[in-house]
Amino acid sequence: MAEVFIYIAAAIVGVALLLALYRFVKGPSDADRVVAFDVLTIISISAIVLAAFVEGRGIYLDVALVYALLSFLGVIAVARYLERGF
Amino acid sequence: MSALILAMVVLLAVVLIGAALVAIKGKSLPIAILSAGLVSLIASVLFLVLAAPDVAMTEAAIGSGLTTFLFFFVLSRVRGGEND
Amino acid sequence: MSMFFDLLGGLLLVCGAAFLLFGGLGLVRMPDLFNRIQAGTKATTLGTLLTLAGVVCLRPEWGFKLLLIGLFILFTNPISSQVLARAAHRSGTKMSDKTCVDKLEEDFGEKP
Repeated sequence: MAEVFIYIAAAIVGVALLLALYRFVKGPSDADRVVAFDVLTIISISAIVLAAFVEGRGIYLDVALVYALLSFLGVIAVARYLERGF
Repeated sequence: MSALILAMVVLLAVVLIGAALVAIKGKSLPIAILSAGLVSLIASVLFLVLAAPDVAMTEAAIGSGLTTFLFFFVLSRVRGGEND
Repeated sequence: MSMFFDLLGGLLLVCGAAFLLFGGLGLVRMPDLFNRIQAGTKATTLGTLLTLAGVVCLRPEWGFKLLLIGLFILFTNPISSQVLARAAHRSGTKMSDKTCVDKLEEDFGEKP
C-alpha cells in the first residue's frame, strides 16, 4: 500500500521542483534566484530521501547529509557577496 | 529500473537543461556562477538516482560546494573588472 | 500494527510533499523578494521534516541518519534565510506596496 503514497509524493515533489525552476529562470533580481536556489536544494534533499526509500539503500542518506551542509555554505557565500563582498 | 526512477531521471534532466540555459543566457556574472553550481548539484542527484552514490558525493562536495565558494571569493577580489 | 505504521508513513509523506508544493507555489505567486523568502523557506522546512518523519515510520532502522538530516535542516535553514533577507535589505531591494512594516529600519535605522 505504501507504493501508492510514494508515487503520489514523488509526483508532487516533481511539480514543486518545476515551480522553483520557473522562479530560478525568470526571477527579476539576483536575490530572487538565490532564494530559488535554496528552495531547489531543499526540495532535492526530499527527492534524495524518496529515492533512497524506493531503492532501499541506506547509503544514499549520506549524500543527503553532505548536500544539506554544502547548500548551506553556498547560500552563505552568495549572501555575503551580495551584502558587501568578502 | 522502475518507472518511478525513469520519471525522476527525465525530470532531473529537464531541470539540468534549464539551469544550464540560465548559465549561458544570464546577463550578470554571479547568476552564471550560481547556475553552474545548480547544474552540478542537479547532476549529483542524477548520479545518485543512477545508482552511483560515491560519484554523487564527490560531485556535490567539489562541483557544488568548493567551486561555487572559490568562484565567489575570486569574483569579490576582482570586482570592478567585469564587463557585463 | 505494521499496517498502521504503513498508513501513517504514507500520509506523512504525502503531507510533506504537499508542503513542498506550497513552498514552490508561494515562490511563484508572491509579489516581492521578502515574501518569497517567507514562503519558500518556512513551508519547505516543514515539508522536508514531514517527509523525513514519514520515511522513519516506513523504515525505522534508518532512524538515526534521518534524525541527523532533520536536525541539520532545522538548524541551517532559518540561518540561511535570515542571512539572505538581511543581505537583500542592505543591498537595497525594493519592497512591494502592500508591505507596510519594516522593523529593521525602525529599530536600527538601516535604510532599505
